[in-house]
Amino acid sequence: MTRPPEDFPLPDYLDQSPAVRARFARIRQREPILEVRGLGKRFHTRQGEVEALRDLNFAVHRREFVCVIGPSGCGKSTLIRILAGLEPHSSGEVLLDGAPVQGPGRDRGMVFQGYSLFPWLTVKENVMFGPEMSGAGRDEAERDALMWLDQVGLTRFADAYPHQLSGGMRQRVAIARALVNQPRILLMDEPFGALDAQTRARMQGHLLDIWRNIDVTVLFITHDLDEAIYLADRILVLKAHPGEVQELIEVPVPRPRSPGQFASVEFRATKARLEALIHPPQEQHDEARLEPEIQPRLIRLTNVNDDVE
Amino acid sequence: MPMPSIDAGLPLKPALQQQTRHWFAVRTVLDAQQRLLLGVGSFALPILVWCLVSYLPFVWHPKMEIRDAGGVDYFQVGMLVDHAQFLEERDNMVAQHLALPRGVPANPIYLPAPHEVALAFVRAFTTPPEQKDQPWLHEALWHSIQVIFWGFLASSLIGIPLGILSGTYAAVGRLNEPFIEFFRYLPAPAFGALAVAVLGIYDGPKIAIIFIGTFFQQVLIVANTTRKLDATLIEAALTLGTRGVRLLTRVVVPGILPDLYRDQRILLGWAWTYLIVAELIGTSTGITFFITQQARYQHFDRVYAAIFMIGVVGFGTDLLLARLGRRLFPWDRSTDQD
Repeated sequence: MTRPPEDFPLPDYLDQSPAVRARFARIRQREPILEVRGLGKRFHTRQGEVEALRDLNFAVHRREFVCVIGPSGCGKSTLIRILAGLEPHSSGEVLLDGAPVQGPGRDRGMVFQGYSLFPWLTVKENVMFGPEMSGAGRDEAERDALMWLDQVGLTRFADAYPHQLSGGMRQRVAIARALVNQPRILLMDEPFGALDAQTRARMQGHLLDIWRNIDVTVLFITHDLDEAIYLADRILVLKAHPGEVQELIEVPVPRPRSPGQFASVEFRATKARLEALIHPPQEQHDEARLEPEIQPRLIRLTNVNDDVE
Repeated sequence: MPMPSIDAGLPLKPALQQQTRHWFAVRTVLDAQQRLLLGVGSFALPILVWCLVSYLPFVWHPKMEIRDAGGVDYFQVGMLVDHAQFLEERDNMVAQHLALPRGVPANPIYLPAPHEVALAFVRAFTTPPEQKDQPWLHEALWHSIQVIFWGFLASSLIGIPLGILSGTYAAVGRLNEPFIEFFRYLPAPAFGALAVAVLGIYDGPKIAIIFIGTFFQQVLIVANTTRKLDATLIEAALTLGTRGVRLLTRVVVPGILPDLYRDQRILLGWAWTYLIVAELIGTSTGITFFITQQARYQHFDRVYAAIFMIGVVGFGTDLLLARLGRRLFPWDRSTDQD
């Protein structure tokens, strides 16, 4: 692990205030919900075998908020799909409450990046889907669904179809639909990736509110560094080819979080560290070497005096 | 962080309106009035061409209809002769100093004028058939509709479940699709003689031909539609605790229903195209019997009326089903533009 250079004006991202340090100590005291041990994943393709994930080890404690971040190709989506049971893994084990995970199940709720709501069901019926699958009666399912729609503020849209909702509203329904099953862990695969910046900021705040008020543990995948720091207790940084744990960072930004903290020194120190991990200077070099033909040669095509800057 | 978009202040609306007014803007959306006008036009244009050919004596009209035989011994009033032949006989009469034949330009018997077909169409419903044992047009048509209905129903009862299973489970698909892919190239009418041998000469073989013509396409199309269902929906259902048969009944089937319905409409259209061949097998029945019978008596106006009737019923059914579809699947966005 390399430290930031000495002349860097920010404090070390490893420096934690006493309150933050005490909080992490408390989190470590809680029982682990999800344990990943020696997890590996290999694909067989026509070009040969590809190692997507290698020897991942980490644990997520109860009511912890963990973000997973990494460059493209680091296998973060593969990881969350394995955790959800949608894909098999090649080696190691995934334990939920100490029991190995086999296939998808309602104990692990999932929110997808794309719109995964059932278009033929109304908003309410979408949320009722999970309870109905687990054998709840229609009345009970409806009661639960309405309660959760109230939690995400969409009671008014209970009888609308998903295509009538905005992107942010659809993801709210998707969150309600996953949470109504009372999962042990909520897996979120870049859930706000397709939203515009304003909606995304609102949804981040909304998700933190939900997480604060509900007994749920969150594993959240993103490629947005600010989003990861803003939301997470800890950030699992993966590196690509093969996907390996690069560092598991304890975010020193105190809670409760607010958008005002984006400018705080802890925030900036963490972001500097993430940037160093994810965009190391030599990597851009690699990219330029890999694509030597992409070298823009700009010739001035405007009047000499017609300056824009 | 959020930046105001640069074009937020531009007046977008007038530009859009101008675009929709333009008839030949590429991939533009027509407004309701344009759609109606063009839709009526698509029927009016071919009818106009038909009218021109029928009612303007100097357009085509390769025959002469004899009005007065004159001295030509084999001419009869109402007879149609070639133009050249008429001129030749007239010259003969001039040479022999006999009475000249008179005639008017006419089209061949197989191209009746629009008003004749329209009259035949009305008469087919108002006047009884010439022979006692012959069916009325609507009786013939009703018989045909029944043949199509049973053939299409039998095909759908097996084809839709098989297609859905093939599209859902790769193993089922692989087990039947290569064979079906081969079989669909075998022309359905080729099985006519076989169908008669097995099912007799009445409606059995006809329904079988409709079945063969529909079924194999149906399995492949439904399987393909099923495969196009967004995998995320199935994965979402899995993470919500859906298992086994419920994945099919609660996710796959409702997920593909609007597309499946559209497939069925297209397939029903294909079933109609097999009808005429199917009804020629064994004893000729239904609308085909009507058509062949009328053609034998050279009542081509009635032949056209019957063909036109098939079009009305087929197209009408499809319009009706399209409208019903919009009502059945309110969540389906792709019907918005229909």
